Amino acid sequence: MFLQVSGVTKQYVTNQGTIFTALQNIELDVEEGEFVSLLGPSGCGKSTLLSLIAGLSEPTEGSVLLKGQKITRPGSDRGVVFQEPALFPWLTVFENVMFPLRKKYRKNQKEAKQRVMDHLKMVQLSRFADSYPSELSGGMQQRVAIARALAMDPMLLLMDEPFGALDEQTRQVLHGELERIWMETGKTILFVTHNIQEAVKLSDRVVIMGTQPGKVISDMRIRLPRPRQQFREKMVQIEQEIMDILGQEIDKVIKGELSDAHSG
Amino acid sequence: MPILVKRLIFFVALVVIWEGLFRLNLWPPTMLPSPVQVGKTVWMGLADLTLVYDLIASLRHLLIGFSIALCIGTLLGVLLARVRTADETLGILVLAFQSVPSIVWLPLAIAWFGLTETSVIFIVVLGGTFVMAMNMRMGIKNVSPVYIKAARTMDYTGPDLFFRVIVPASIPHAVTGIRLAWAFGWRALMAGELLSTGPGLGYTLKYASDTGEMALVIGVIILIGFIGILTDQLIFNRLEKNVLERWGLETAA
Ligand SMILES: Nc1ncnc2c1ncn2[C@@H]1O[C@H](COP(=O)(O)OP(=O)(O)OP(=O)(O)O)[C@@H](O)[C@H]1O
Ligand SMILES: [Mg+2]
Repeated sequence: MFLQVSGVTKQYVTNQGTIFTALQNIELDVEEGEFVSLLGPSGCGKSTLLSLIAGLSEPTEGSVLLKGQKITRPGSDRGVVFQEPALFPWLTVFENVMFPLRKKYRKNQKEAKQRVMDHLKMVQLSRFADSYPSELSGGMQQRVAIARALAMDPMLLLMDEPFGALDEQTRQVLHGELERIWMETGKTILFVTHNIQEAVKLSDRVVIMGTQPGKVISDMRIRLPRPRQQFREKMVQIEQEIMDILGQEIDKVIKGELSDAHSG
Repeated sequence: MPILVKRLIFFVALVVIWEGLFRLNLWPPTMLPSPVQVGKTVWMGLADLTLVYDLIASLRHLLIGFSIALCIGTLLGVLLARVRTADETLGILVLAFQSVPSIVWLPLAIAWFGLTETSVIFIVVLGGTFVMAMNMRMGIKNVSPVYIKAARTMDYTGPDLFFRVIVPASIPHAVTGIRLAWAFGWRALMAGELLSTGPGLGYTLKYASDTGEMALVIGVIILIGFIGILTDQLIFNRLEKNVLERWGLETAA
């Protein structure tokens, strides 16, 4: 198995000193080259799971294996695209994408530069190589972040609601672009979202998570050929199915928040 | 109307009103001389180079003290930001020192270095160091965690992470620190020079006051204010603006 999350539990000690279980006994297998979405209501632990796989934090129990190797720390074999803009504002677009290559390509600057330009072309931003992030729109910044993550040639691309902050039109365009990049590079992608349409449109599999505590409640395979625009009806049907599964979870969250509001 | 023109008109009007009031003989010239007298005195001082020498001496004190303050302040700030125990102990001392007006250190400076230029520079160093340290500390502590996380996923750790990510990310705060260190240093310099044996603008101010040359007193005061605003607007304001813009923070500022 390419990526294997087994028996993972993640607990936090809250400020009040109590123990909060963000994830409980998560089992998740991902095969090489798969596009898998993690879908679930806010607070179900999607980001927590992603950061465990990225190696940015450690599970309380269980283990995460990548090609049989236990993940204990971050590394360039896993590229991460964060939800919030994570480009370095003091570097140009070119320098940002060059950033992960600096050490690896120390002896071969020319190849590194070529690699950066290739990846900027891939996200169609080579014209903006010398711009600074603050001069780009949010969508353009996320494309640079994708180029930066891919430039270091990771085995696995982890994306945490990368298009969450974008308007619908930009989002549609980037869906197309991401799908194309995925098919071109053959990378394995784990894609966090709370947007059902996005998940159905892009993924081979949609892993649905529930909350309190965070857990996997369903794992659906989407067997539609790509591009999927032509199967609008079929997609709507699947979306409805997912909606039904998620409905109960969302009710749970809302009830929880309402009772918090009343008691607090 | 361009802002420069507005300002020019304002200052010309100010001088004209001042001259006008002066001519009404409302007060004796020893209290406040006319702008024409002040202008003449400053011009003469510049022409016979006495004021130029004072200016050079003052700027020399300031530049030396300011440079030392930046070095110590930066290192101190990094230490406070990175070492928790240092922050909890030394940090509170730095905070206390920051609230002490730097002229208070003069007796100490005189005891250590005598009535020399070193004393003046020492005062300037103390004036700038602590504010630089506090701003540097803030800059490093406030580095957005997502930058650090992102860098770690790209195999950056240790010194590489520190110098390639944390330091550049803290530049906006550092620049504010530099600007404040210069402003504080400038004030400290004048206080120190007033009580020194020269050379320097502050010393000349004191000397002119002792010998009753009121025109020179006013002239030096204007010169001090002029240089303060000139450096702030031409160098530090621009620097800060450029940095904030580049770092994408101009809206927050
Ligand atoms: N460092 C932490 N300390 C304590 N609790 C935390 C910490 N990080 C996350 N949590 C809690 O863990 C739960 C899951 O958080 P997480 O950010 O993974 O949710 P999410 O599914 O990504 O939600 P969203 O869709 O809103 O981004 C939340 O209830 C959150 O409050
Ligand atoms: Mg999240």
